[in-house]
Amino acid sequence: MTRIVLGPFNRVEGDLEISLEVAAGEVQAARVNSPLFRGFEQVLIGRAPEDALAIVPRICGICSVAQSAAAANALAQLAGVTPPPNGVLAARLVQATENLADHLTHFYLFFMPDFARPAYVDRRWHGEIARRFTAQTGSAVAPWLQARARLFNLTGFLAGRWPHTLAVQPGGSTKATTAAERIRLAALLREFRHFVEREVLGDALEAFAGIASLDGLNAWAEERASDFACFLRAAEDLGLHAIGQAEDRFLSFGAYDRFPAGMVAPDLTVNRLDPDKIAEDASHAWLLGDGPLPPAQGETRVHADKADAYTWCKAPRYAGQVVETGALARQLAAGHPLLRDLVSRHGGSVTARIVARMLEVALILPAMESWVRDLRPGEPFCVPAPLPESGSAFGLVEAARGSLGHWLSVKRGRIERYQIIAPTTWNFSPRDAQGLPGSLEQALVGLPAGAGAVPTIQHVVRSFDPCMVCTVH
Amino acid sequence: MKVLWLQSGGCGGCTQSLLCHEPRPLFDELRDAGIEFVWHPALSVESGDEALAVLAACASGERAFDVLCIEGAMLRGPNGTGRFHLMAGSGQPLTDWAQQLAARARWVFAIGSCSAYGGFSASTPGNPLEACGLQYDVDTPGGLLGPNFRSTAGLPVINLAGCPTHPGWIVDTLEKLAFDGLTEDDLDEVGRPLLYAEQLVHHGCPKNEFYEFKASAEKQGDLGCLMENLGCKGTQAHADCNTRAWNGAGSCLKGGFACIACTEPGFEAPGHAFQETPKLAGIPIGLPTDMPKAWFVALAALSKSATPKRVRDNAVEDHTVIRPSVKKAGK
Repeated sequence: MTRIVLGPFNRVEGDLEISLEVAAGEVQAARVNSPLFRGFEQVLIGRAPEDALAIVPRICGICSVAQSAAAANALAQLAGVTPPPNGVLAARLVQATENLADHLTHFYLFFMPDFARPAYVDRRWHGEIARRFTAQTGSAVAPWLQARARLFNLTGFLAGRWPHTLAVQPGGSTKATTAAERIRLAALLREFRHFVEREVLGDALEAFAGIASLDGLNAWAEERASDFACFLRAAEDLGLHAIGQAEDRFLSFGAYDRFPAGMVAPDLTVNRLDPDKIAEDASHAWLLGDGPLPPAQGETRVHADKADAYTWCKAPRYAGQVVETGALARQLAAGHPLLRDLVSRHGGSVTARIVARMLEVALILPAMESWVRDLRPGEPFCVPAPLPESGSAFGLVEAARGSLGHWLSVKRGRIERYQIIAPTTWNFSPRDAQGLPGSLEQALVGLPAGAGAVPTIQHVVRSFDPCMVCTVH
Repeated sequence: MKVLWLQSGGCGGCTQSLLCHEPRPLFDELRDAGIEFVWHPALSVESGDEALAVLAACASGERAFDVLCIEGAMLRGPNGTGRFHLMAGSGQPLTDWAQQLAARARWVFAIGSCSAYGGFSASTPGNPLEACGLQYDVDTPGGLLGPNFRSTAGLPVINLAGCPTHPGWIVDTLEKLAFDGLTEDDLDEVGRPLLYAEQLVHHGCPKNEFYEFKASAEKQGDLGCLMENLGCKGTQAHADCNTRAWNGAGSCLKGGFACIACTEPGFEAPGHAFQETPKLAGIPIGLPTDMPKAWFVALAALSKSATPKRVRDNAVEDHTVIRPSVKKAGK
């Protein structure tokens, strides 16, 4: 048995280290270390509750708006207010913009460059992928950065800027879209649709979103000249549809009133989400405490010399079980037939996770077009949200990478406790108090590793699109 | 010009913002200006041992590079060990890597307010993370590298403060350096490039008419000036946010929310709620930069008494309810 440490595991958001026990060229056990601790849960204590709106987006430079939305939802619950329809639409548009940008930034800048590695030089698809996706210099990089920058112009109009806006408030949005801006928003979405249909998919969004089976997907990809088809051909060749499985239990808090919340069991039945079943333990983190605590009673106190700890990340569990979250979980909970087919045949896999993100691009963009149409300039975008002196609340949202929850309590007008469970906290969780490994730790077992191994581990780790700065926060 | 990039106690948002560069895509813009990344954690293909080999070669002087960019605060804790961030794969505190690489760099850029002054990681009461900027503890010279640090080209750390930084602040500073160099005269008193820090956020504020007449917003979303009630520090914050668009058309003020002065040392712990203006006897404590208090009080009283109805009414609505009147020709 040899031990291999992989790090800095880059092209993810933040820093990541993975330790592997390897025998006979295969991973026997994996341990995931989130090596950075910043202590945002302590930063928040003692602040005015509304300060969370300025502080939490700065947990993460890539899921910034999702963090804002979770705090705004929690504060809205505390205030007992509901934003007006314009405010809901504006916040959704900003969050969906971030979501689409994250999905495609992952695809173009983080995930695909590994397929351009020399290890694959003998594969028939390598030349095309290397030309398109080599890090920084591939021919797909500049068009994607251009499209991304233009997409984020939506946030210039809707939220002042990205990342780190204060426009998302418990009562709605500080920015009321004008009639003139609404026309620009529609034009920006048309421009982005053009990019996705021409460069990414090579097909209409609606046609891609309508693919209902793995066979249908493979037939769609055959001979099609587009970046995503290119990936699918490589993935099929490498068998990535059958690699990277965790426990196949999936969690979604539900998004945009379009993708319902749910807990998906390994047989793909969708059960009702019960937030009371969520608990976190710090058994393998450099933090005080062992047994699981619900986040509303959670603690984050440093214990840097703790024996058996190997990460700053806590271990969140749902009803004591390891769950995976992300676009795949969201679309399985929403019942998309293509992903149900993929997962029922081969389990959660690298391919299933990547396809799920692309399906969301195809599903969310038309939804955004309808939200812009529904905006009503001249009608309210924000209502006042005066907060009580004391109370507790939580906000559950879906970030691009999955389920994000904020649990807070306020006493005498100040934040008394603030606990956050981010998507990658779930996916890159360490072992829990029962010794049960987290999703990535399970997904890596059995993969080829060591000198001369193909870079399968790189694909599996990045298939989760980890956000390490959110993970520990 | 070769740029080496590291990240530590921050959110990665300055890199994400940098990728929003317009009008040209980032890598095209930099390549044609002769600027390339030796390694960047979010963007380079080299991972694990390959990446460590690049960093080790740069740290030993074997591989030359020009600019060291560091994003995120320097975490020296607990108890000076640096264990709040051991760089993955290396087992070494990122603060050690930063010191070794800074000693080899011709120029060192602190990317963002965390790396410049400490930022949110340094704002937990008592600073248990022992977080600091590269060359500042909030607004006091010091930090990880110490007040006397000079990079091999002879400059202190260049503080590209902002939370996040505007992509143009980074790209323009790199291009200025490649084009005709940088001197201390190009930096302000807290190490920020004057090319963006010689302005105030107030300059070009879309709410200028409301400011002139002290027609103030009263609640979130109101069109009026945000200085009197909602915590806006645009008249005190150094940056060109309202003359250099964010994301094509935006700025915090254009987004309808207060400037929280994110380019200033210590912005993260203002001593009051971010979205409320602290006042003494009804007068905001934080007055516009360079304005004597008596003048401000007199001007505010005068301008409030002269506020047109249009401006007064629009200030407390989220959309224009009274349009500027249209004069007939020749009247």
